[in-house]
Amino acid sequence: MPKKAVFKGTIEYLQILNEKGRLDERLMPSLTKNDVIRMYELMVFSRKLDDKLLALQRQGKIGTFAQVKGQEACQVGSCYAMKQEDWMFPAFRETAAFLTRGLPAEMIIETIAGDERGNKIPEDVNCFTYSVPVAGQILHAVGFAWGFKLRKERKAAVVFFGDGATSKGDFHEGLNFAGVFKIPIVFICQNNQYAISVPREKQTASETIAQKALAYGIDGIQVDGNDLFAVFKATQEALKNAKDGKGAKLIECVTYRLGDHTTADDASKYRTKKEVEEWSKKDPIVRIKKYLESKKYWKKEDEEKLLKKVEERINEAVEKAEKIGMPTREDMFKYMYKEMPWYLKEQLEEVKDAGNGSK
Amino acid sequence: MITQHMLDKIQDYKMAKLNIVEALNLALNQEMEKDDSVLVLGEDVGIDGGVFRVTEGLYKKFGKDRVIDTPLAEPGIVGTSIGLAVNGFKPVAEIQFSGFIYSAFDQIVSHAARIRNRSRGRFTCPLVVRAPYSGGIKALEHHSESMENIFVHTPGLKVVIPSTPSDAKGLLISAIRDPDPVIFYEPKRIYRAIKEEVNEKEYTIPIGKAKVAKEGSDVTLISWGAMVRECLEAAEKVEASCEVIDIRTLKPLDIDAIIDSVKKTGRVVIVHEAPKTSGFGAEITALINEKALLNLQAPVKRVTGFDTIFPYAKMESAYLPDERIEKGIREVLEF
Ligand SMILES: Cc1ncc(C[n+]2csc(CCOP(=O)(O)OP(=O)(O)O)c2C)c(N)n1
Ligand SMILES: [Mg+2]
Repeated sequence: MPKKAVFKGTIEYLQILNEKGRLDERLMPSLTKNDVIRMYELMVFSRKLDDKLLALQRQGKIGTFAQVKGQEACQVGSCYAMKQEDWMFPAFRETAAFLTRGLPAEMIIETIAGDERGNKIPEDVNCFTYSVPVAGQILHAVGFAWGFKLRKERKAAVVFFGDGATSKGDFHEGLNFAGVFKIPIVFICQNNQYAISVPREKQTASETIAQKALAYGIDGIQVDGNDLFAVFKATQEALKNAKDGKGAKLIECVTYRLGDHTTADDASKYRTKKEVEEWSKKDPIVRIKKYLESKKYWKKEDEEKLLKKVEERINEAVEKAEKIGMPTREDMFKYMYKEMPWYLKEQLEEVKDAGNGSK
Repeated sequence: MITQHMLDKIQDYKMAKLNIVEALNLALNQEMEKDDSVLVLGEDVGIDGGVFRVTEGLYKKFGKDRVIDTPLAEPGIVGTSIGLAVNGFKPVAEIQFSGFIYSAFDQIVSHAARIRNRSRGRFTCPLVVRAPYSGGIKALEHHSESMENIFVHTPGLKVVIPSTPSDAKGLLISAIRDPDPVIFYEPKRIYRAIKEEVNEKEYTIPIGKAKVAKEGSDVTLISWGAMVRECLEAAEKVEASCEVIDIRTLKPLDIDAIIDSVKKTGRVVIVHEAPKTSGFGAEITALINEKALLNLQAPVKRVTGFDTIFPYAKMESAYLPDERIEKGIREVLEF
């Protein structure tokens, strides 16, 4: 009995607009000029919000947070491919994804400023709250999307996580359930090369993250995560397949975290300036700007107008976030259960005269 | 982190002024030097030196086979550490924040805690799981909880929580040398808050021994971790002589130290950051009732965190025991 191969798999890599600005027209998804401009604006907004938040953090006005910087195309491209009725499940770095889905910036700021009222996502924004424990959200997204299938709704979920998250059991269990039950979900791994200080090579010995999908009987693809068009196209196709009952897909977006892990981190301890400079040349925002300019869709005045609009909107959001003031002490107790049990009432009674949270 | 400069200073004076982070780092340095079987594993513990810098410099000194940057997987870290421990190593596994220990809880509770008993002593698990815990640094969600009691409730584990640099060093060395699994929780709020003279030599502080942090005669304050300092401060603010006991080890608890003090004062306030319901304060209260009820002149008072989710930064100070400690002391005094 000769030995024979019982499994063969390949993983494709998709790039449509490369860092030199070369576009592969044959692969270009159908996007109008306005679509591209809108996505560009969202990426710029996210970048500027990052800058603003960093400044506020350094002044001690808000808490620790994770910048998106460098990963804007992964988040904007994928969320722009979603329909309003689809659902987005973030990890903890998904500012640009939230903005694309329509979450008001002031809420993002409130949350980072340590105010839980910022986490109450508006009814018409189909996003789940942040998940700080790495990878936990993957299973929730799978379960949520399973619900679409059980109810025969033509919807899908998109879940974000990092390269580090692929080491957790939750990731493997999520992919496995999605494969076994053919669940309409798109897994988006933002492989930004690091999990805090640990480089991607130390996270997994496999050549790509995308290939992990094959072991669970679902599709996987690797895309240039700094190429907005590639991310958009891959997500759009994956969403369509998911809704057509063809099951889940893992999209590995190869990208780079241009900032520190969070404001509490100092990345110079574990990576070189040169490496960061090399990746800066692949900046997803610069790439799209060049594209817009080359198509004569974008003039200097447009850029100026946009930057002004973004700045105004961000300042307005910061102001709104500041204005909400301190929560009351009751805020800490009243969402524990639908009905407050006796012991919580007792504990609240003990401190309620102390007023709000400030000492 | 231990710099050459500090080592030189240590050589000169035999004592060094260290904070808790530095004291823990020194303990790891010394135990790793002395015993090749001691390994450090965890997320970002190697090249980065740990997010709180407790393992700084170890990677350079002991190399990648002894100071190991693992993949991001807590059950993986603890589970493989168990295997290493059974195979004769002494792993010191770091969980980056105690809030991320729960996926490894199964490995700790279902395996580490049971191996000696399950194998009738044939296999043992000399493992230390270190993790920063508790609140006070206005961190993100899951970075501030005090859930130490879930481990106290688990048969087969020891639970240690230091509150000073010299205790941190001596207790960590004891934990590493202990033949059984030890959960070692570090109060991150005071990681760098206190500096004190720490003996240069390796020394141990026995697991299971409490410390009288302040002597007094009117009321006994019992605490651990970052709350010990709060108790000492409250003790200064009330017009009564407070005895402050830092239990240092939650399991096995130094019950004698507690009962001796209760017999002296007859009044007790237990202070912890953890939620009240089924917190370790409840266990201590029950023990006092069992062993010294007739010595009590007032019911034992608990001043604790609330039975709520630990809030985000804006509400953090509303959650942590603060003036409530003084209030509690007055209450038992006036009973
Ligand atoms: C379960 C768990 N373990 C550890 C941490 C601490 N931590 C926060 S982010 C992070 C690295 C995450 O890396 P990755 O998944 O690649 O996402 P990225 O930060 O690069 O976006 C770690 C270790 C955590 N939040 N959750
Ligand atoms: Mg990453």
